[in-house]
Amino acid sequence: MLAFLLRRLVSLTVTVWLATIVVFTVLQLVPGDPALLMLGINAQPDTLAALRSQMGLDQPILTRYLHWAGGLARGDLGVSLTYARPVADLVAERLAVTLPLSLLSLVLSTMLALPLGLLAAARRGRGSDWAVLGFAQLGVSMPSFWIAILLILLFSLTLHWFPAGGFPGWSAGVGPALQALVLPALALAVPEAAILARVTRTAVLDTLGEDHIRTARAKGVGRMAVLLRHALPNALIPVATVLGLQISFLVAGAVVVENVFTLPGLGRLLYQAIGQRDLIVVQGVVVLLALFVVLVNALVDIACALADPRPPATGNGGAS
Amino acid sequence: MPTAKQRLTLAAAAIATAALALAAASQAALAQPRTDLVVGMALEPPHLDPSAGAAGAIKEVTYANLFEPLLRVDADGRLVPGLAERWSVSEDGLTYRFSLRPNAKFHDGTTADSADVKFTLDRARAAESVNAQKAYFAPIAQVETPDPQTAVVTLSRPDGLFLFHMASGDAAIVAPESAATNKQKPVGTGPFKFDRWVAGDRVVLVRNPDYDGAKPKIDRVTFRFISDPAAQVAALKAGDIDAFTLFSTYEALPEFRNDPNFTVMVGSTEGETLLSTNNARKPFDDVRVRRAMAHAIDRQTLIEGVLYGNGVAIGSHFPPHREGYVDLTGLYPYDPARAKALLAEAGYPNGFDTTLRLPPPPYARRGGELVAAMLAEVGIRAKIEPVEWAAWLEKTFKGKDYDLTMIAHTEPLDIDIYARPDYYFNYRSERFNALNDELNRTQDPAKRNALYGEEQRLLAEDAVNGFLFMLPSVTVQKANLSGMWVNRPVQANDVTGVSWK
Amino acid sequence: MKRRLPLSLHLGAGLTLLLVAMALLSLLWTPYPAEQVRVIARLKPPTAAHWLGTDHFGRDVLSMIMVGARNSLAVGAAAVGLGLLGGVPLGLLAAALGRWGDEAVARLGDLVFAFPAVLTAILLTAALGAGAINVVVALALFNAAVLARVARGAALAVWRRPFVGAALALGRGPLSVTLVHVLPNIAGIVVVQATILFAVAIVNEAALSYLGLGIQPPSPSWGKMLGDAQTHLFTAPLQAVFPGIAIALCVMGLTMLGDGLRDWLDPRHRSSGIL
Repeated sequence: MLAFLLRRLVSLTVTVWLATIVVFTVLQLVPGDPALLMLGINAQPDTLAALRSQMGLDQPILTRYLHWAGGLARGDLGVSLTYARPVADLVAERLAVTLPLSLLSLVLSTMLALPLGLLAAARRGRGSDWAVLGFAQLGVSMPSFWIAILLILLFSLTLHWFPAGGFPGWSAGVGPALQALVLPALALAVPEAAILARVTRTAVLDTLGEDHIRTARAKGVGRMAVLLRHALPNALIPVATVLGLQISFLVAGAVVVENVFTLPGLGRLLYQAIGQRDLIVVQGVVVLLALFVVLVNALVDIACALADPRPPATGNGGAS
Repeated sequence: MPTAKQRLTLAAAAIATAALALAAASQAALAQPRTDLVVGMALEPPHLDPSAGAAGAIKEVTYANLFEPLLRVDADGRLVPGLAERWSVSEDGLTYRFSLRPNAKFHDGTTADSADVKFTLDRARAAESVNAQKAYFAPIAQVETPDPQTAVVTLSRPDGLFLFHMASGDAAIVAPESAATNKQKPVGTGPFKFDRWVAGDRVVLVRNPDYDGAKPKIDRVTFRFISDPAAQVAALKAGDIDAFTLFSTYEALPEFRNDPNFTVMVGSTEGETLLSTNNARKPFDDVRVRRAMAHAIDRQTLIEGVLYGNGVAIGSHFPPHREGYVDLTGLYPYDPARAKALLAEAGYPNGFDTTLRLPPPPYARRGGELVAAMLAEVGIRAKIEPVEWAAWLEKTFKGKDYDLTMIAHTEPLDIDIYARPDYYFNYRSERFNALNDELNRTQDPAKRNALYGEEQRLLAEDAVNGFLFMLPSVTVQKANLSGMWVNRPVQANDVTGVSWK
Repeated sequence: MKRRLPLSLHLGAGLTLLLVAMALLSLLWTPYPAEQVRVIARLKPPTAAHWLGTDHFGRDVLSMIMVGARNSLAVGAAAVGLGLLGGVPLGLLAAALGRWGDEAVARLGDLVFAFPAVLTAILLTAALGAGAINVVVALALFNAAVLARVARGAALAVWRRPFVGAALALGRGPLSVTLVHVLPNIAGIVVVQATILFAVAIVNEAALSYLGLGIQPPSPSWGKMLGDAQTHLFTAPLQAVFPGIAIALCVMGLTMLGDGLRDWLDPRHRSSGIL
């Protein structure tokens, strides 16, 4: 077990290190000079040179990489070229939007998916089963940004229940802030819930066929009690695994959905930073996201290994 | 004895009376004029130091509100006192004497005096300066401070536009104590001071109680940044925003015009929107091709399609609201057949393939799509290439590596760009250069206007670029708000004169 | 033994064929030229003349959706096709080589998976420019990584089977074993995965075109249509509905086809699929 953990840790570190090289290299290809962007069309060559040296862009590529990667290793993400603030501060600020958004959508999707999956399993083959399966098929087929537009159309523009976009900040109070997060969280949660409902249904059906459930039924335990006390807890393991694997999907979805709702989250920071050629921010955020995805995948692997004594598989499915 | 029905009516009447009284009371509360203001903007500034960045949004938040240059430009484009209450120019046009307001203070409590003026101007023209308009400061030979209230600026050569340049946001007076941190915590001398910045959402300024000049009526102004059109409209309708400036969701304007709670103001900007053309590159080096394109573009349809009719067509590089303007919009009427004939004459009977590079603003992305469709009608197949600003600046503006692009030139009185040898149009005309030299030597306004007219005519005849329309300055605001600027002589959201009726 | 074809296979194949037919039809005929601009007739609700209304430039939405189907399917097919060409040989190679070769392919996969596909595409289009081709490249990269992993896993299972040992004992080389025994045996699972990836590619292309990074005008794309419609939500809300339905139907058809294929090829796997 220890050897497995160690191997996982090493491969994780290598992956993240390779990721920093890939990100840095790709960003060198991005056309556009951050200094020119900042100073506009009347900027003079000497002003541009002054700003470039202030930004550290006059150094050779390798020096810049080493400087940046060295900072990363010490936990220093550097200073944003546009905002002139530490990237770590910017990220922390934006996480205050993205983290609650992701958590809210996780909660919403499990709250939707578990009862639906359970219902479908309990009434297998009947009307409600078909209804849940239909919802699931529909949910996985609708891109989250389209769901987001439909939600805006219905709940913001027609019913005026929620704002169509923007974020008032947590300083405006928990109420208004949460209100601004409900629609985006829902847009992310629906496709997620669809997948989870399917997984829940399958997992519950699988456990229902197992011996100890049959024994419990034979002992006269009620159908509902069997479902809730025996089948559901056992089904939670595969559900949690899928949930973990879907997290990187959630990250990607958040990038797009934050742009639909113009939420000042990490995804929007990244998208804007690309537009502003704020390479330090782009590098930092992308590597953090990669680190996060890799960590979650590793945790899922380890959890699976702990739950399952058989030798672990190297693969862990796809990320989206 | 009242019947049950009568009692019900009575009760209803009582409730109605109470409700009326309540409504009246709340009406009275509403009648109390508000003292805060929420202004909507599409773009968020990257930082708040106008002396270190070209982004328009920086000035739209800080100009005249938070930072003051020596002089200011007012709503009508005139020069008015800023930090300097008086100024004088010597006969030879080389010495400028500025008398500062005696009690002016920075928001951190330090005095604003001639030493700060010297610091600001010297910093802007220093070798390590990162001022976006460093050229504005190039004529300065030296800055002297005979006393704390007087700054004397000596130029090395006369510069007719020097005062206008000293009134730009790039020349905002800053203090040595705070210059380094203005990007995040701006400290100026204006009637409003910085309160907070919720990144991605808003910047809040509050009235400066120690301001030594006329105090604004508004005690708090919030700039909210909403880039999404649907969210802009929703925020206005919900009453979350009092005024949205440079509003570009034109399709929503009829709705606001029909709503008595809103006023829609359509003013002018200095932004000539062009189909910029690489005059050095084949086939655009042939004037017949450029004229064919001019005939192929239906400006009225373009204005309708992109601006929903809220724009003025132009026929050359000059804004219709300025003196010296010549109407040349009739020179190339929309005529696809004539366009095709000209193309055939130039040797392109079957048209040709080209690329149209589009920067991010909606007028460019949408307008470009429409222009490409119009060009396609006459056989010019333009492949659309959307780029971000950074790539546009690098490849198109600086690298001059492009065929066609669409962009609004927002600097005031910038017709002289056609005389610059290294400008991205790659236009070279001895005649234009001669006209421009003569203009620089001419002081008489009437003669200057005549020269401007000749320049416009020449550019139109050469069909240097596709001259499309003036970008409008649209403000949607609550009907009971007054004092917002209608026109945009400079990039600013000066709210010092705003009040509630 | 004759197995009953799963219902989802029928439905999925039907839906997919319908969309492919629509895309093919658009090559020959659309109600109006999809790129024809008529500003006068913009943002019209559905009428007899324009069944799905017109967009903000007065273009016929039905025609645009038909041509959009062609564009979406082409991008998806290219992204999956390239993914198959790159990924399957890599997976087979990893399985055949074992040890460090296997490890290298696995690490390469980890690296690709560390970046969500949409993020990779955003970065690549920033570096190389927006446009359909660069989106195809980015999505193909992701698809290749997934398919390599799937092919490797399936191939390893085949390598453990007795007849492979027999073939090796008969003196067959690894290449011949791979081509003759492994490839045919993993084809099914690879096809299933490719179908699902096709659906994912359609969604991702739509998202990128929505952001303005994908298929470029004048060629219509479903995602770009949604992006344009979002700015007209007040005046023409239906324009934000039709292209979305097209995306959803396309994705639904392909996922059901994939699920159905899987159930049909591997009946034990049943029940996880839909319908």
